[in-house]
Amino acid sequence: MATIFEADRAPLGLVEKLRNINWGLIALLGVISCIGFAVLFSAAGGNLDPWADHSMLRFVIGLCILLVVAVIDLRFWYQAAYPLYGISALLLVAVDLKGTAGKGAQRWLDLGPLSLQPSELMKIGLILVLARYFSTQSHNEIGKPWRLIYPVFLILVPAALVMKQPDLGTAMMLVMCSGALFFLAGVRLWKFLLVGSAGAAMVPVAWNFLRDYQKNRILTFLNPENDSLGAGYHIMQSKIALGSGGMWGKGFLMGTQSHLSFLPEKQTDFIFTMFAEEFGMAGGLVLLGLYALVVAYGFAIGLRCRNQFGKLLALGLVANFFLYFFINTAMVMGLIPVVGVPLPLISYGGTAMLTLMFGFGLVVCVWIHRDLRLNRSGRSDL
Amino acid sequence: MMREERDQTRERVLTRRAAMLAGGEVALVGALAGRMYFLQVVEAKKYETMAEENRISVRLLAPRRGGILDRFGIRLAINQQNYRVVLVAEQAGDIDSTLNAIGTLIPLSDTDKHKVLRDIKHRHPFVPVIVRENLTWDEVSRIEVNVPELPGVNIDVGLSRAYPFADLASHAVGYVAPVSEQELTGDPLLELPDFRIGKSGIEKSEDGNLRGVAGSSQVEVNALGRIVREIGRDDGTPGEDIVLTLDMALQDYAQHRIASEEAATCLVMDTITGEVLVMASHPSYDPNVFTKGLTQAVWDGLNNDPHGPLYNKTIQGVYPPGSTFKPCVALAALENGLITPEFQVTCTGSTKLGDTEFHCWWHTGHGTLDLHGGIKNSCDIYFYELAKLLGVDRIAQMAHRLGIGQPVGIDIPNERPGLMPTRAWKQKRYGVAWQNGETYNIGIGQGYITATPLQLATMLTRIVTNRVIVPRLVRPNGLIRPNVPFDPNAGSRDFGGMGLQPAHIAAVLGGMNAVCNEEGGTAYAARITEDGMLMGGKSGSAQVRHITMAEREHGLRKPDELPWKDRDHALFIAFAPVGDPRYVCSVVVEHGIGGSKYAAPIARDVLRECQKRDPARRYPPEAAIVATADPQTPPVRQP
Repeated sequence: MATIFEADRAPLGLVEKLRNINWGLIALLGVISCIGFAVLFSAAGGNLDPWADHSMLRFVIGLCILLVVAVIDLRFWYQAAYPLYGISALLLVAVDLKGTAGKGAQRWLDLGPLSLQPSELMKIGLILVLARYFSTQSHNEIGKPWRLIYPVFLILVPAALVMKQPDLGTAMMLVMCSGALFFLAGVRLWKFLLVGSAGAAMVPVAWNFLRDYQKNRILTFLNPENDSLGAGYHIMQSKIALGSGGMWGKGFLMGTQSHLSFLPEKQTDFIFTMFAEEFGMAGGLVLLGLYALVVAYGFAIGLRCRNQFGKLLALGLVANFFLYFFINTAMVMGLIPVVGVPLPLISYGGTAMLTLMFGFGLVVCVWIHRDLRLNRSGRSDL
Repeated sequence: MMREERDQTRERVLTRRAAMLAGGEVALVGALAGRMYFLQVVEAKKYETMAEENRISVRLLAPRRGGILDRFGIRLAINQQNYRVVLVAEQAGDIDSTLNAIGTLIPLSDTDKHKVLRDIKHRHPFVPVIVRENLTWDEVSRIEVNVPELPGVNIDVGLSRAYPFADLASHAVGYVAPVSEQELTGDPLLELPDFRIGKSGIEKSEDGNLRGVAGSSQVEVNALGRIVREIGRDDGTPGEDIVLTLDMALQDYAQHRIASEEAATCLVMDTITGEVLVMASHPSYDPNVFTKGLTQAVWDGLNNDPHGPLYNKTIQGVYPPGSTFKPCVALAALENGLITPEFQVTCTGSTKLGDTEFHCWWHTGHGTLDLHGGIKNSCDIYFYELAKLLGVDRIAQMAHRLGIGQPVGIDIPNERPGLMPTRAWKQKRYGVAWQNGETYNIGIGQGYITATPLQLATMLTRIVTNRVIVPRLVRPNGLIRPNVPFDPNAGSRDFGGMGLQPAHIAAVLGGMNAVCNEEGGTAYAARITEDGMLMGGKSGSAQVRHITMAEREHGLRKPDELPWKDRDHALFIAFAPVGDPRYVCSVVVEHGIGGSKYAAPIARDVLRECQKRDPARRYPPEAAIVATADPQTPPVRQP
């Protein structure tokens, strides 16, 4: 047995780590980001200012973060899970106390030159603590219901705080992403069914806790034509822009609906619409393909990893990434209600870009440390 | 080793679950692709159309309304630039607060606000609605500065109708006013805020030609409705200019001439072409008040005035013609072969029919008269006799041929038919047989018979020219230009012959000549004395109320002691010059007491002025008159 783990014993040097970095994944992220720059360039009417240039800068910063995060030992991140989670939770409380309101919700924390959205950071913190927790549990232990009380508590605290901002979309993303981790960790299927049906039964009660604008969004989703100049306006205009793009699109910088301001939030939440108006279904499919490729990469890394923590971390992070682009694109196509979820790597927005790159740094870190063996206390079994 | 096995279970489960998750995600991505296919391929056409509708807004351009000119090119109706605030409801959001905001910048009455709210309700939300018109420069700039804070509010320039001569020709020209809800046909042109439709006179009858064809401007708009650029433009076709037969200078003269009376009309026609040179009706109104926005007080004032300023009395006023009808009766008797011009009747001041006594206006009697004397003296007894010989139906037959009893068909709307009774008519109308005494009354133009001043002028014109002349206000041959020869008789061939015996016409016109130009004629005092301009005519004083026997026995009150409403109407019809008549004039002075005393001098003055100008045959030598109503926009003389 000992010979098998020979390689593990020699700690990896920085040069070896850099050689081990999954440059293919990074190139893929770069391609998607470049599409983003182009679309932001178009959104500004053919100008780098004010969005594309900032976004490029953020990508470069994000790339540095990715590389730094990737070469740090995976065991460090194992140990850092709780501190990160704790800091994120504290920031969420801080946002609640003295955050900047944007569009009727307190989501931003003004930190001098940087405005931070703690809920984005919390996504990574939560994935880290859940991956860590489940990696310490055996299959049998996971089967015991009381073993799940603690991780459920770990989810509910940030979910409740985010819900309070109020940011229904992010709260749901936290819950769904955690659900994916529970699923991967081996939580029994009947428990999902139970929670699912209990959740369905709770819908009428939960309805009363929603803010008016949230209720409107859901009602509008169910019948968008009902209110085509009010709450249904955004989704109707998004569908018009998308549909009029057709198979091949109207051409770069030629999207009439977005350039004539019919399309709202074209640089953030509705950026996919603008892209699909200008590049058509063909362009949209290419972009979806690129995203799917990123997710596939993540799956491959997760499955290739030999330690449970790394597996859960990588798979959890790509599940989060998948939720990002799925919810955003499904929303702009009118498949689900309007929620404030950006299109990953493309939408204009600082925190999302940086935390995504942080997350991919962790995924690459898992790849670099794929052969590392960790025991249940997060140390290598020597 | 136990833990190692357990870990393997855990890993196996994770791999399996990861596969399931991946499968689920593939399915979701498939759903996204399917949705994209549905939106961008299956329904692409629909959304392309919606995108175009989003982007391209078609705005109607109202065509420039044609002008209305008199026969020599003086502009009677023009278009003036008009700055106004317009509001597009669908862009404005809260209408009330927008109106209040506008109200802080320029004066805006509650009536204005109500009108805006009402207009918005009845129009498409994308159609701009006028908030206020006729802004001053100061008001324009105050709004213009604040336009960025007032979504949906804009300043635009429109053309508004103006009538430089104000009330001097308003009955013939008519007026335009905003389209009423009943007039909306679904044609979006009619919904344009500045659109005006002809409501009376030429403006109404020629509305189709004056209006032109709407153009359109295709503009690209952004989500706020702001125009980004114009993609296409079709200016449409401006409306045609309409040339009237009126001579504005003469019209001006006549309108001022009859203004001495409380209510009167004066109409002058060209006997050859049927062209109406003067159509004056007093009191009149200023048509500009309808375009600038009519207040309720002004409207009520116009409507409730007992003198009826809104009525064009030349075509809408119906009066018993009185003695002016006698030429028609004389002609009927001659044409039916019942009399010759030498036919004599002795007037003793009255005649009896059964138990009823019929009086001549000259109570002491005229003695023995022939036709010439009968017309000259307007002897009632003479015409009672002719009426008795004719019977009402033969009188009616001639009257109908001469244009009495039905609309003569002038080219402006709302002409009234008047009434020419017959035996059959009375049987049908009252279910009672015609009485012989009623025939006597018809013989002197009293009783059931009524006619408009236009019909009286037409009657005389047809007698004078022996043609079925139909009066007209639109000049078929367009403008008369200086130094350009024109045929003064053009258009005369449009009319067929009457087929009257020239000798009979000569006998009637000879009598009418005597009325004015022989001593003792009823209008001798009002004759024209200038050489070659002599007029012939026939006066009439039409009784408005029935004089009872009791009143007759107590002695008649003097007419000027009666209330205005009860006084007789004064009428006069005339032609000039005697010998080769070119102009016919009819004058009615409502409750003017005596035709020869009050109506004849008006006809004399107008016909004299008319012959001096001679508008039927030449371009007026002296400068045409200048509009008095609006000094800022003098009428444009055609070169």
